[in-house]
Amino acid sequence: MRKSFSLAELAIHLIFVATTIAMVVPFLLVVSISLTEERMLNELGYRLIPPKISFDAYRYIFESPVILSRAYGVTIMSTALGTFGSLLLTAMMGYGISRRDYRYNRPVTFFVFFTMMFSGGLVPTYILITQYLHLRDTIWALILPGMLSPFYIMVMKGFLTKVPHEIIESAKIDGAREWTIFVRIVLPLSAPALATLGLFISFNYWNSWFPAMLYIDNEKLVPIQLLLVRMMQTINFLTTHSEFVSRLNVDLAEFPNLSARMAMTVLAAGPMMFVFPFFQRYFVQGLTVGSLKG
Amino acid sequence: MAQTAANRAEEALERNGGGFVRKEWRQFKKHYELTLIVLPAAIKIFIFSYLPMYGVVVAFKNYRYDLGIFGSEWVGLKNFEFFFVSEYAWRITRNTVLYELGYLALTTVCALALAVMMNEIGRTILKVYQTALFLPYFLSWAVVFYIVFAFLDINNGVLNRLIEQFGGTARHWYMEAEPWPYILNIVALWKRIGFSALVYYAGIMAINQEYYEAAKIDGATRLQMATRITIPMIMPLVAILIILAIGSLFSGDFGLHFFIPNNSGMTYPTTDIIDTYVYRALMGIGDPGMAAAVGLVQSLVGLALVVSANAVVRKINPDNSLW
Repeated sequence: MRKSFSLAELAIHLIFVATTIAMVVPFLLVVSISLTEERMLNELGYRLIPPKISFDAYRYIFESPVILSRAYGVTIMSTALGTFGSLLLTAMMGYGISRRDYRYNRPVTFFVFFTMMFSGGLVPTYILITQYLHLRDTIWALILPGMLSPFYIMVMKGFLTKVPHEIIESAKIDGAREWTIFVRIVLPLSAPALATLGLFISFNYWNSWFPAMLYIDNEKLVPIQLLLVRMMQTINFLTTHSEFVSRLNVDLAEFPNLSARMAMTVLAAGPMMFVFPFFQRYFVQGLTVGSLKG
Repeated sequence: MAQTAANRAEEALERNGGGFVRKEWRQFKKHYELTLIVLPAAIKIFIFSYLPMYGVVVAFKNYRYDLGIFGSEWVGLKNFEFFFVSEYAWRITRNTVLYELGYLALTTVCALALAVMMNEIGRTILKVYQTALFLPYFLSWAVVFYIVFAFLDINNGVLNRLIEQFGGTARHWYMEAEPWPYILNIVALWKRIGFSALVYYAGIMAINQEYYEAAKIDGATRLQMATRITIPMIMPLVAILIILAIGSLFSGDFGLHFFIPNNSGMTYPTTDIIDTYVYRALMGIGDPGMAAAVGLVQSLVGLALVVSANAVVRKINPDNSLW
């Protein structure tokens, strides 16, 4: 018997279509503004469909590419180093505490888990990093503070608990040592979890602005997100002092160059937008937080 | 055989006063390889998470950068007093807790609903929906600021243009306090729902299919299956995530509250939370002692909240508790 088309299912699809539009359209609006001529923005306001497509904003940015390429460089560098290091340490720790036969399993798990519930807070961390570790204005200030998330370690542990213990036992009988077992057996088996966590970690690095805001003054080490934050602070000035600016007779059409800011936003978000759909298929598999407990 | 004999010999040695230390040492040697595997991460966590825990003593000191943690002078509870008599203490505490509760309730309910509905439709089209749902999660708060700004900009923003089209007057969103509870809740939901829905969906996927088959044989409708099987079966997951979220009830979302209202002073009455206040106290006002005091209260209350939430959940149903 053919399944009849149910009204409930239609309603569900309608809800999802509406949600999809609500999720995607705001971002498309920014893309559209970045493609609109500055003059038209002030005349017509922001439109979802640009009245006339213009690449002026992008041309403007790429005319002086030093700032952008440097910011991309810093972001790519910290993302690559950070993701690799973080993923490796997360997998090692997650594997260690997933082994029920590991004698220090419980204390080490608690050691990790406790940081999820209590932290020294922003100020002691700030003092530690700037005054004692002297990481201010180094790329390590962008990489190290966010390197290990206890939550990801628990997700990794949850995933690895499902690796059958017999595999490890038999490798041991064949004379493999723990490190060999980890590299040769456990890492390959955890590819879906590594892909998922790697994606999340790299996104965290790509999108991170907080360490940069706190620790970076050197122009050469400004990552792309901090660049956006700094442009935003200029907008802040303009919006709160709009009367002041108009009285000064500043030509607003020339001055704030909004389309360029929006183009910068698209460029900051863009690369990762292309990457993440390819990792989608691992998500459900890799994100079994149900086994978080324990 | 030889090994068991050796073991027996060792045990005999222990009984005859081998001692606790020696036994521990032998055990440690047996497990040192796994210890080496967890060690790098443990060291990193020790330095960046446990050392700052000692640094909370800054809250009891008049911290001076030139004197350092050890050199600065003790001032007892003065930093705490200074904060608690200020007019901001109540305001930022109320804002932090109310917003976090709002986000938690709204996101959990909506994400659960979406996750249950995801279970009811075909996998192929679901991939498309999921990708769209996930998009905001992968945008930084700095990027989201520009998206929201496109709606709220006083001159050209979509929202004001719409209002004007319907005969209203444009509002200066970044200069007013009262619309922000709505704006922030919408933005938070928009950004977080994809992730939450997926976590719940992953939980639903892990439910044993036999329950559904048995229910089908008994003639259950799909709605009945959703309410009688799916929802009860993911409640443990919901409970765990809520306990964890309650722990951060006191440490709101800095990015959301700092960027989206554009750190505009006029909106502080309804947007300022503990985190943004601490940041300004540290970077702007330059009072690390007081900022540390606020941060310490925040962490302690957070800890107390997780522990008590867990205790409550364990009272109701031990299986749902975190430990």
